[in-house]
Amino acid sequence: MTAAVTRKLMLSFPQCECEKPIVYHLVKDYDLVVNIFRAKVTPEESGYLVLDVTGTEENIAGALEYIATFDVTINQTSRGLAWDEQRCTGCGNCLTHCPTDALHVSDRATMGIAFDEAKCIECLACIRVCPYGACSSAF
Amino acid sequence: MKTYADINARIESGKAVVLTAEEIIDYVDAKGLDAAAEEVDVVTTATFGPMCSSACVLNFGHASPKIRFSEAWIEDVKVHTGLGAVDVFLGATELRDKDPANLYYPGEFRYGGGHVIEQIVAGQELQLFALSYGTDEYPRREIRTYFTLDDLNQAIMVNPRNCYQNYNVAVNDSNRTIHTYLGCLEPRRKNATYCSAGQLSPLLNDPLYETIGVGTRVWLAGAHGHVYAEGTQHAGACERNDLDVPTEGAGTLALTGDMKSMLPEFVRGVSLIGYGVSLAVGVGIPIPILNAGILKRTCIRDRDIQAPVIDYSHEYPQNTGRVITHVNYEELKSGRITIDGQVIEVGSMSSYSKARKIAALLRDEIARGDFSLAEPMSPLPRDGAMKRLGIREKSS
Repeated sequence: MTAAVTRKLMLSFPQCECEKPIVYHLVKDYDLVVNIFRAKVTPEESGYLVLDVTGTEENIAGALEYIATFDVTINQTSRGLAWDEQRCTGCGNCLTHCPTDALHVSDRATMGIAFDEAKCIECLACIRVCPYGACSSAF
Repeated sequence: MKTYADINARIESGKAVVLTAEEIIDYVDAKGLDAAAEEVDVVTTATFGPMCSSACVLNFGHASPKIRFSEAWIEDVKVHTGLGAVDVFLGATELRDKDPANLYYPGEFRYGGGHVIEQIVAGQELQLFALSYGTDEYPRREIRTYFTLDDLNQAIMVNPRNCYQNYNVAVNDSNRTIHTYLGCLEPRRKNATYCSAGQLSPLLNDPLYETIGVGTRVWLAGAHGHVYAEGTQHAGACERNDLDVPTEGAGTLALTGDMKSMLPEFVRGVSLIGYGVSLAVGVGIPIPILNAGILKRTCIRDRDIQAPVIDYSHEYPQNTGRVITHVNYEELKSGRITIDGQVIEVGSMSSYSKARKIAALLRDEIARGDFSLAEPMSPLPRDGAMKRLGIREKSS
């Protein structure tokens, strides 16, 4: 059995493909564990789906091919939540509001703040509480 | 024993020994207090955080024909015009016109006075709109134009209260989330917020105001400014610990500096959900090591500085003065404090990393001979407590 890996996917729906149960097929046909962070799929509007998929490399590759058969843009690089290091002053007001410690103190001696993208679940709490607008959402 | 003149001569010759308030701790541990006091000339302190009583005075120069502003706005933020013809005053917490504030609670407060000040310092082009009733010598009744920092005759930051010596740690003892200038506080003490640079903070390194006084030259966001008065709400008569360090707010400084010499990184507009807008300012203050006692007090450590923990859902707004307990900055900076057996997650509103950066910038500037010290004209008062505002009938 090959090792399971986790990939973060950002799917954009230019026009609605919402009548297709895409996520169902990811689970059923490709044996993927799916963790949806954010989704907006509304008829007649462009939408998005941000999720983690966990499974074998082979199954993930197959699933990406399947998704590509729809009018869907797959983005595996850009993030739904961006942290602007230049705007961040390192105050630390976000720390107690970030549920996964994606935003964290990198070194207690200097109290510098760092952002671990892999841990971010896009709850958007940081966007509300950041006094300097350092965090922003792609949608 | 050294004098200001001795130290300035050493700075001018490029031979001054300058350390930050963080570096001095281990330095004195290694060298011993008396030897270090002979050797070290200056210790640099710093802080960076929202300071609501920050403001600026701007002079726009005259258009043809001339106008005497009776009302004016910069980017729709109202500025005070009750001054000379084209002088305006803008405070950090001024909201933008038609900001719904907390009408749809909690408000977002995305833009206001602090953001205008940030953009002016950053050299951005902003809109000025002003009205006038018109006079014989100032006939223009209305003006709409655009300007940058370079177009202004003067842009002087005038901050009536900066650098609070110490500050509250806020918690929320109620059953609902509250939104304060110390951030969003979750119910039942789920989180706490502090706001001080602790062992780097200027007045915590000079707790008895031996060197920082009216006239002291300061690094105000990169500009060479000075202390122009005691800060508003300065209360030198406060509770102090065994090391003379206040365990409550205590001292404050009124600072001024030329915005044309400021670094945008250290002048930042602040949006606080449910509270309003403000301005975060970076300040560095040099402490001349005139004697061993002054040096000893700059060696203060986070663990020796206590801050009062206060409930911001009831005790603070009702002005009861009740303090839950005191915690020290070493505990706060660990990210967790424990009160009555409950572990509370800690966040901060003050940036220690920026304060470190400022202390190092000022250290290097002094070591290069580019920043000399100014002896205070008068000390900050050690007496005087903060008065409360009474609500009373008119005296007959």
